[in-house]
Amino acid sequence: MVVGERKPFDEITRMLEGHKKVLVLGCGGCVTVCLTGGQDEVRVLSSQLRMARDKEGNPLEIIEKTVERQCDPEYIDEVQSLVPEVDAVLSMACGAGVQFMAERYTGTPVYPALNTSFVGGSKKEGYYVERCQTCGECKLYYTAGICPIARCSKSLLNGPCGGSTKGKCEIDPEVDCGWQLIIDRLESLGQMDRYEEIMAICDWRSNRDGGPRKMIREDFQR
Amino acid sequence: MADFEPTIVAFCCHYCAYGAADLAGSMRLEYPTNIRVIRLPCTGKITPVFLLRAFEKGADGVYVAGCLEGDCHFIQGNLVAKPRVNYTKKLIQEVGLEPERLEMYNMSAAMGPRFAEVAREFTERIINLGPSPLNKNVKIKKEQAA
Repeated sequence: MVVGERKPFDEITRMLEGHKKVLVLGCGGCVTVCLTGGQDEVRVLSSQLRMARDKEGNPLEIIEKTVERQCDPEYIDEVQSLVPEVDAVLSMACGAGVQFMAERYTGTPVYPALNTSFVGGSKKEGYYVERCQTCGECKLYYTAGICPIARCSKSLLNGPCGGSTKGKCEIDPEVDCGWQLIIDRLESLGQMDRYEEIMAICDWRSNRDGGPRKMIREDFQR
Repeated sequence: MADFEPTIVAFCCHYCAYGAADLAGSMRLEYPTNIRVIRLPCTGKITPVFLLRAFEKGADGVYVAGCLEGDCHFIQGNLVAKPRVNYTKKLIQEVGLEPERLEMYNMSAAMGPRFAEVAREFTERIINLGPSPLNKNVKIKKEQAA
């Protein structure tokens, strides 16, 4: 899932300065799972914003709404009747959701309430870890299902650097060395031959260097 | 303003704190009348939304009272509530309210006197803090106003 973290409250209140009525729009997708942008978070942020503005004697009217996903046109169409009622939209989705809203509702400012952090998963409730950097050149076959791009701090492709000590990374003794994890797992799977294979330089054209990416399923085009 | 009548919302667990409140009543114990008790099946039901809405509606103070740690009827509801209360303290601080306006207490159903004591302690704390800036109906104590 895409993991997002709520922006500092001060930054959000600054974005909304001068606005009298806003739509706080949650997203029922990834950010609901990571507890930063779903229905409950919409309620919490709305309460906080109303209280902060009430305290200043400058009340803010808020419409609270959460849609299934903000990165799908059919779901953001649902707020079509609400957007004209407000001065601005505060989106609690990832950056994709914010931009889909901004593209769809061109006449209304759309602000982000979250910082989109990474693609990861839940270790347990409320604990999320990065696992993928969406480089577009998946190497997990060679590395026993552990990503050297995401897990090695230097994104090295052929073994650990000299900074790996007792299985930990030199950037932080709490961080596992990604390559140590890969080697341990390859060994336990009896697949060390894959480690012997020299990986070619990563083709970063499939990463951000090729500009905004797209993925088209021709069989679904109309 | 040390002489105002605070409005305090107490989210009480059905099996412990609510029982303690009941016992305090049976024992004819006196405690301030500022407390508005809201009964919950378990403090594990608490989310930041509940607590924030109480403040938003003008409560001067809010507390959550659950079972003693290790004694939750639902095994760990009170342990679930505790970090949520702490997290909500940060949320109200961001808005400019003192985090001391929110607290979590633990007590058993047999602790009627403790319930009354908490009510007194917390009311005193809120009186010292003064009214919440969001309380639109600040009540001054009658004798003071007269």
